[in-house]
Amino acid sequence: MFTAGKGRLVSVGAVVVGASLALAGCSSSDPLSSGGSGDSETLIVGSQQYYSNEIIAEIYSQALEDGGYTVDRQFNIGQREVYLPEIESGAIDVFPEYTGSLLSALVDSEPSGSSEEIYDQLTEALPDGLRVLDQADAADQDSWTVTQAFADKYNLTDIASLANVTEPITVGGNSELQTRPYGPDALAEKYGVTTAGFTAVQDSGGPLTVKALVDNQIQLANIYTADPNIQTNNLVVLDDPDSLFLPANVVPVVSDKVDEDAADILNAVSAELSVDDLVSMNAESVNDQKSASVIAEAWLDDKGLLG
Amino acid sequence: MNFFAEAMAYILDPANWGGVNGLDTRIIEHVFISLIVLAIAVAIAVPVGYLIGHTGKGSGFVVALSGAVRALPTLGLLILLALNLSVGLTAPVIALVVLAVPSILAGAYAGFHAIDRRTIDAARAVGMTEWQIVTKVEMPLGLPLLMGGIRSAALQVVATATLADYVGGGGLGRPILEGLQIGNYAQMLAGSVLVVLLAIVFELIFSALQKLVTPAGVTPPRLTSTRALRNRSRTA
Repeated sequence: MFTAGKGRLVSVGAVVVGASLALAGCSSSDPLSSGGSGDSETLIVGSQQYYSNEIIAEIYSQALEDGGYTVDRQFNIGQREVYLPEIESGAIDVFPEYTGSLLSALVDSEPSGSSEEIYDQLTEALPDGLRVLDQADAADQDSWTVTQAFADKYNLTDIASLANVTEPITVGGNSELQTRPYGPDALAEKYGVTTAGFTAVQDSGGPLTVKALVDNQIQLANIYTADPNIQTNNLVVLDDPDSLFLPANVVPVVSDKVDEDAADILNAVSAELSVDDLVSMNAESVNDQKSASVIAEAWLDDKGLLG
Repeated sequence: MNFFAEAMAYILDPANWGGVNGLDTRIIEHVFISLIVLAIAVAIAVPVGYLIGHTGKGSGFVVALSGAVRALPTLGLLILLALNLSVGLTAPVIALVVLAVPSILAGAYAGFHAIDRRTIDAARAVGMTEWQIVTKVEMPLGLPLLMGGIRSAALQVVATATLADYVGGGGLGRPILEGLQIGNYAQMLAGSVLVVLLAIVFELIFSALQKLVTPAGVTPPRLTSTRALRNRSRTA
């Protein structure tokens, strides 16, 4: 027979054991491995959890569909660490990528160089069964961005000029930014720029990050260069003459299932995709709340890429 | 690949403790947010609950309102607030207070409501003022149920405070959100396990408090206990 005191202990123990079992139960299954069965007719197009990447993925999808291919859209997969194994395993056939960012995820050494050099290195670094098609002019890369007022106050032009700043600089962005090769540590090592603190704003340079920057709660933010908020809020992207951030041109990564006809379709898309196109499409998404499919269709139509 | 073992290894790795990015900092932030939220929610909900419980007026309206507020998605409210206020602690604290108030309000109100009317009539009959009835009869007798409300609010707040880090509030949401972004599921699970442990600690503390504040002679209602029922029928 249990006394009341023992009964409580037993029930707490039961909760702990039960929770452990429930957690252990989900131990060995990969939450992302959906049935990527090999239907050779269907091309699986993936995208990052990033609206701009989704627009490009939607452009690829619609262009391929227009060329007679069946497309299975697997959008919003997350960040590179999550989807890269999926691409490498062949579970995804077409993925809009960014040259420099992808290269640094594939190689151990820290890559550097011009946009073309990065592209060449990337073609060699990709594992068997994967290749990149032509890269677009459009680039969307990480940046260190400040407000116009902050830039004027300390005469900021490039990243190195951050050393002029005499007040404490609080950096803001996704928390993983702290461990990225261009993060606050790199600022200190390469430019002697000391940062006072880090505020995690977990929306990948989205509206919350921009607001924190405009409100001067953070002084330095990591915002993607194709983000329309940079123009809307009069922000200043600091020049990066030493390529701290890698050139990140938009490029489709494709599997063996993408034949030459499909490759031609995607290359035609990349040939037309400019930086300004990307920024204005992003603006339509952010400011006008248009869906990726509407934006993609209008762009393809405008460029005469729909047959 | 065993995520659970990896999560345990992540928690036990000394490299993940200490410093501004250590798990200890995250736990302190998490506890800090939770306690602030509970303090504010208690300060708002208890007086209102007592007022409704004592007068019996407005209960329908408040119960319906707090029920409706419960349905508000906290993440949506949080981002809406952060976009209108600022990133940092303010938005998550307000959003979590909104989450915590209904349970505490219900506890405060139900604590008064559950008191045998004859007890209050007796208090009035011996000449107690309304204020004395509230402070000397209703408040002590209602405390166990109020503490129950605070307990369930604490559980919700500790679990949901993981959202705070999305808008720069810190806390144990950090390892979870960051793990999601970089695909480190062991780190995510480690954060979740720490939240669960924290919730159990809060639960133990509040259940001890609940026992402590129960006035002598009043047993907390345990409907499943046949012994209590038998005792009650014997004394009736």
